Amino acid sequence: MTAEVGAPVSLRPATPRWRETLGLLAHNPTAAVSALLLLALVLVAIFDETLAPQGPNEVDVAARLESPSGAHPFGTDDLGRDILSRVVLGTGVSLRVGFLAVGIALLIGTGIGLLAGFYGRWIDDALMRLMDMLFAFPAVLLAIAVLAVRGTGWGNTALAIGIVYIPVFARVTRASVLGVREEVYVRASRSVGASDWRLLTRHVLPNAAPPIIVQTSISLAFAVLAEAALSFLGLGTQPPDPSWGLMLAEGRGFIDLAWWLAFFPGMAIFLTVLCFNLLGDGLRDVLDPKQRTLMAGGGR
Amino acid sequence: MTAPVLEVEDLRVRLRTPRGPADVVNGLSYRVGAGETVAVVGESGSGKSVSVLALLGLLPAGIATVTGRALLQGEDLLTMAPERLRQVRGPGAGMVFQDPMTSLNPVLTIGRQIVEGIRAHGDVDKAAARRRAAELLGEVGLPDPVGALDRYPHELSGGMRQRVVIAIALSNSPALLVADEATTALDVTVQAQIIDLVEKLQAERGTGVVWITHDLGVVAGIADRVLVMYGGRCVEDGTVDDVLENPVHPYTRGLLGALPDLARPAVGGVVPDLATVPGVPPAPTDLPAGCVFWPRCPVRGDARCETEQPPLAVIGSADVRLPHRAATWCTDRTSGTESPAGGFR
Amino acid sequence: MVVLAGVSVIVFALVHLVPGDPVRLALGTRFSQETYDALRERSGLDQPLVQQFVSWLGSALTGDLGVSFRSGDTVASLIGERLPATITLAFASILVALAIAVPLGTISALRPRSLVDRVATVFSQFGISVPEFWMSIVLILVFAGTLGWLPSGGYVPLTEDPAGWLQRLILPAVVTGVVSGSVITRFVRSSVLEALGADHVRTAQAKGLSSRQVFTGHVLRNALLPLVTVTGVQLAYLLSGVVVVEIVFSWPGLGQLALQSVQARDYPVLQGAILLFAVVFLVINLVVDLLYTAIDPRIRR
Repeated sequence: MTAEVGAPVSLRPATPRWRETLGLLAHNPTAAVSALLLLALVLVAIFDETLAPQGPNEVDVAARLESPSGAHPFGTDDLGRDILSRVVLGTGVSLRVGFLAVGIALLIGTGIGLLAGFYGRWIDDALMRLMDMLFAFPAVLLAIAVLAVRGTGWGNTALAIGIVYIPVFARVTRASVLGVREEVYVRASRSVGASDWRLLTRHVLPNAAPPIIVQTSISLAFAVLAEAALSFLGLGTQPPDPSWGLMLAEGRGFIDLAWWLAFFPGMAIFLTVLCFNLLGDGLRDVLDPKQRTLMAGGGR
Repeated sequence: MTAPVLEVEDLRVRLRTPRGPADVVNGLSYRVGAGETVAVVGESGSGKSVSVLALLGLLPAGIATVTGRALLQGEDLLTMAPERLRQVRGPGAGMVFQDPMTSLNPVLTIGRQIVEGIRAHGDVDKAAARRRAAELLGEVGLPDPVGALDRYPHELSGGMRQRVVIAIALSNSPALLVADEATTALDVTVQAQIIDLVEKLQAERGTGVVWITHDLGVVAGIADRVLVMYGGRCVEDGTVDDVLENPVHPYTRGLLGALPDLARPAVGGVVPDLATVPGVPPAPTDLPAGCVFWPRCPVRGDARCETEQPPLAVIGSADVRLPHRAATWCTDRTSGTESPAGGFR
Repeated sequence: MVVLAGVSVIVFALVHLVPGDPVRLALGTRFSQETYDALRERSGLDQPLVQQFVSWLGSALTGDLGVSFRSGDTVASLIGERLPATITLAFASILVALAIAVPLGTISALRPRSLVDRVATVFSQFGISVPEFWMSIVLILVFAGTLGWLPSGGYVPLTEDPAGWLQRLILPAVVTGVVSGSVITRFVRSSVLEALGADHVRTAQAKGLSSRQVFTGHVLRNALLPLVTVTGVQLAYLLSGVVVVEIVFSWPGLGQLALQSVQARDYPVLQGAILLFAVVFLVINLVVDLLYTAIDPRIRR
């Protein structure tokens, strides 16, 4: 007996459209700036050879441990290599490992989360229990253990970090799918006999996507950080590849003599990670106002 | 006539929102006498909840700007010092909220939640406050009131929880009771029990009641006077008989059309469909220039409706103590179509 | 329990997935056949896999985690040696983290857009994004190098040299505390905001409680649940040995042990350490659940 006016029932919620998302992001200056910086970083990684003033391993014995100057804006290291060039060339390594790792986690984790959330029952129980086991390992140690088994190198580093993040994506996806599964449009499609595959790909996934997108951005931050940490420990990227973490490890020995060796690569890691985090926060505000994503840092 | 318990004059509330300032309440005036019940009716989004939250300063600070006057027993709530306002909340005015599932703190016992309200207003020791709390629970009809003190909200049903919320609101014998959609979340039988309870307590204590609802069935049962809100304005008010039996504003008539007529027998066992007012209320960030109801009005026509805001004008005799008023341009035209039983000139 | 069983299978499988012969790897290049056979037999590697697993699990349950390939010490004693340092650092860090996060997160939730709120935002973004090892290096440079106030690393037990213990603890605890604290700050802020917006807070205000009573009685306590969870997660992470920080500060904790055992391919030690971390993780989850029950009556029953 209420006088509430029935709002028109739309069968399908307005799916966030890219243009709309970008428009809203543009109103969030920090996120917008971060996105632009990351774009610039990707361009740096693509054109690294052209942009770097010198080769990463060009040794100049005459110019060892030189402090930052016009010729070497970030200074030189103990072998006389130009730090700026090495930072520029390290961008590609960091981003490559980051994207590959998150790609692995996204593909497998989201798949598991979709199956668990959509089919529920024993499939859900079994898959999520498996994820709990994986989650019970400390992140860095799990990665170290994977590297111990598989050997070092950037590909294995990406794999190790990717495995660590599978349960995170599985959880976020599952939670999001559970929210979407019972929506009117999903039940409606099911009632007209749509196949599971069609339901999953056309209805469930697109509507469950926002938290996953946010999680992707945040996980990229951690993947870059983890790559740096593993390389710093000597388990990730191996010389002569110029990884930021590796440069930090090398620069550590010269910290009282030449601070710039460790400072600039550290700054590069910090800023990259910061941009991914800020972008993730901005995306969260726009796409996932209910904050269903695991908070940034949840896996740290 | 005795001095009113509550006297609201030209209450306006503006909220800061991401989409610009929203004029949620626009010049609301009414009085509530002792022992009297005023029902404020309207759809969700008509500004009725905000209007009472504003009275007690319960809107988020920094977001809301409240102007006007609201005299509670002669004292203006809107200009009151914070500490005085705190003292008034409870003994001056008690409040019952919409959703009993969320309006109690889930991690504290019922007893503690009543006791702290009692002890906030007077030097009462714990044991005395507990006895008083148990008494109150008994008064609102909770079985085993003493045992209930040590229970948590989740252990009670929705109706029982709402009784607890009412007990909290009444714990300091307020002069005014504000019930914000207090029965909306409850099923019909419980609704009736709660309404009976409030009427009984009101009769015993002479409390003034402001009852906010969108349910006209409840209004008919409880109110002495009705105030119909739309777009943050009062579009019609008067005694419950005037407004419900003799509605003037097209919006009120729309709402009443939406009432299932219980007297009319269901045809072939099928209850007739509810009539509704098509459309949605205007956004408070973007109110129409003329009559607030114009965009949805089924009988609009006059150009004046679109551009000029109709004043709240007395309909019928202005000599009675509680005149029937409506804010619409179409009083004269409507008499021909629906012919409400008399009274128009 | 199921999780623990699964974890132990994974831990066990890990070692046996390694390409190559762990014993051969552990012994290096120069060793006699007898030494090889002896170590292999002592490690039980000459037996079938299933039997190895059963006996490993059986001994693990009684606290016997095997013998290090490298030093010949028992894994349990190696871990035992490292435990005090790790526990010290973990609890010091969580104290630093909470000391920063609780006030900062609470005030920023109470006063959105204020200066404190902005500081909290910048701080948490900084802490979440900064590489720990870089921050460690910079702090060492400043406080141990330039200013010379604190030692650059190492660990002495509290019982031997309380002042030295504290001096050496400060820098690593600050680094990990800032990182964990930044994560916790965000949780505290959002959970206090959520608690503030709850309907029952309005009920409490409408009763005429003072803002202080409303805050302590109806906001803080309700905001405690998420705080307990995130603190548990952070503590588990800290107890599993913050590898990089331990390395930079030469802190003889479990993370360092785990890393060394990876580098030395000392699998029994690695197995033992990882199993311990998984147990710690599960125990902390259990404690968090118990605390939940204490705080939230809805979970009791």
